[in-house]
Amino acid sequence: MKSKNNGKDFCIFALPGLFCFIAVVVIPFVYGVYLTMTDWNGVSAVKNFVGLKNFGGVMKDAQFWISLLLTFKYVIFVVVIVNVMAFGIAYLLTRGMKGQNFFRAGFFTPNLIGGIVLGYIWQFVFSRVFVNIGESTGWTAFEVSWLSDPSKAFAALVLVSVWQLSGYMILIYVAGFMGLSEDVMEAASIDGASGWRKMRSIVMPLMMSSVTICLFLTLSRAFMVYDVNLSLTAGAPYGTTEMAAMHVYEKAFTSRQFGVGQAEALILFIIVACISGIQVYLTKKKEVEA
Amino acid sequence: MQQTVVGGTKKKAADMLAMAGLIVIFIAYMFPFLMVVINSLKQKRDIIKSPFSWLFTIKGLSFDNFVKAFTQMDFLNAFKNSLIVTVSATALVTLFAAMLAYYIVRHKNWISKITFALMVASMIIPFQAIMIPLVSIYGGTLNILNHRLTLIFMHTGFSMAMSVFMFHGFINGNIPIALEEAAYIDGCTHSQTFFKIVFPLLKPIISTMVILNALAFWNDFLLPSLVLTDKELLTLPLSTYSFYGTYSADYGTIMAGLLLCVVPILILYVVLQKQIINGVVAGAVK
Repeated sequence: MKSKNNGKDFCIFALPGLFCFIAVVVIPFVYGVYLTMTDWNGVSAVKNFVGLKNFGGVMKDAQFWISLLLTFKYVIFVVVIVNVMAFGIAYLLTRGMKGQNFFRAGFFTPNLIGGIVLGYIWQFVFSRVFVNIGESTGWTAFEVSWLSDPSKAFAALVLVSVWQLSGYMILIYVAGFMGLSEDVMEAASIDGASGWRKMRSIVMPLMMSSVTICLFLTLSRAFMVYDVNLSLTAGAPYGTTEMAAMHVYEKAFTSRQFGVGQAEALILFIIVACISGIQVYLTKKKEVEA
Repeated sequence: MQQTVVGGTKKKAADMLAMAGLIVIFIAYMFPFLMVVINSLKQKRDIIKSPFSWLFTIKGLSFDNFVKAFTQMDFLNAFKNSLIVTVSATALVTLFAAMLAYYIVRHKNWISKITFALMVASMIIPFQAIMIPLVSIYGGTLNILNHRLTLIFMHTGFSMAMSVFMFHGFINGNIPIALEEAAYIDGCTHSQTFFKIVFPLLKPIISTMVILNALAFWNDFLLPSLVLTDKELLTLPLSTYSFYGTYSADYGTIMAGLLLCVVPILILYVVLQKQIINGVVAGAVK
């Protein structure tokens, strides 16, 4: 394009999208930083400037740190299990068997459905189906609903999240396996590499770019878990399964401490950004070209 | 020769084992859906007695649950709301993002550079870090919550960065500038060139972005729950949420309601399976 009509071009092409982006993302983000320094309660017209007092409030909010710790535990479980499972299933799926596409599509199904609906489906499974299995078989593990016991409710949350996320990661890992060059694999076989050796020295390094993507996606999704948390356990029993994102919501919209809530949201954001940044840096370093 | 035969049977056995493992995992994956389908047709006392029993044991199978869920959820209305929001927001973000990305690629000035850098950086901001000020600005100062248009606008804004990023990559790699120059020589204006020449060429990335965005909008819960409270305006996930709150003990009706929410997407999935899967993979890998 010529520079003559630059102003007009800008208005036609760039402005609509830019406006939406700035109005919905940039301004609220900047304003959010300001909000952490006020004592706004969500209703009153006056917002008093209180400096860093809200961050002190965050320090004193024991429940926030408990939920953050729980979120860390949850993220570790979910990220590890999802990626190991998805990698394994993707490996099995790309052995050239029949029905590969059918399986792949089936595993992906939970990703098409909103977390709210998924959580409710599983709530029924845990509170009725599993309990019924427990009653009729006498398996003590199932006799009481998992959702009424803190550590089992946590396990339930991990299980559902793994079920929900792994289909997506399977797709990415399958794409990665399909992209592996036949030549390289053949060369490895000719050189006498065994299955395990091939996996460790050839497949893993070449799959690192898929691993980077999958780790990043699972990390950021697991840290921000909300829908499934809300519909499966809603923090019950007694707030023992309340994750950080849910706590932020409660703090702001239920306890009406918007300043503290926003400060917690920012802290959460910084933690997630740092951890994903480190992860991408570390795994990217291991990526190789075939 | 001997060795290949041995290796062949070994591989066959391993394949069988892998297949068996896959089938077991797959059944476990589908188990919750199966439970929903079975129990959506049963009455509450039969569900409590045994969630597993089906046709063989229960005589009281009926579609009553569906009728009840359909009316209690105000399903048609919620479905319509979801459809309006999803379609409009998807159309808007596709158009605006394509144009903005096109501008950024073809104009290497400071505005493009800053815009693009800002958008890429913003992609790591989770929604939770913005939702409180968002409510404060749009609910307090502007007071325009509880309108469908507000939600459409916000969906558009939130998916802008990711969409621009994807379009940017595609235009950069796949659209030769010579085509546009030819169009200018033939007397096309910039808008004509974009809409008649460039936009049609973006079809592959458009279908990817439409799938990704539409799925996200259709299933989103948190943002709509903050924007919409008026019962008339609730989208499907919101109306599921309030419906569940009221009827959580009425298992049969709940299962029917959940199934109603899932079925439209599944039908679409069966029809567009290839496009959806390719779209999701393309979206993730870039």
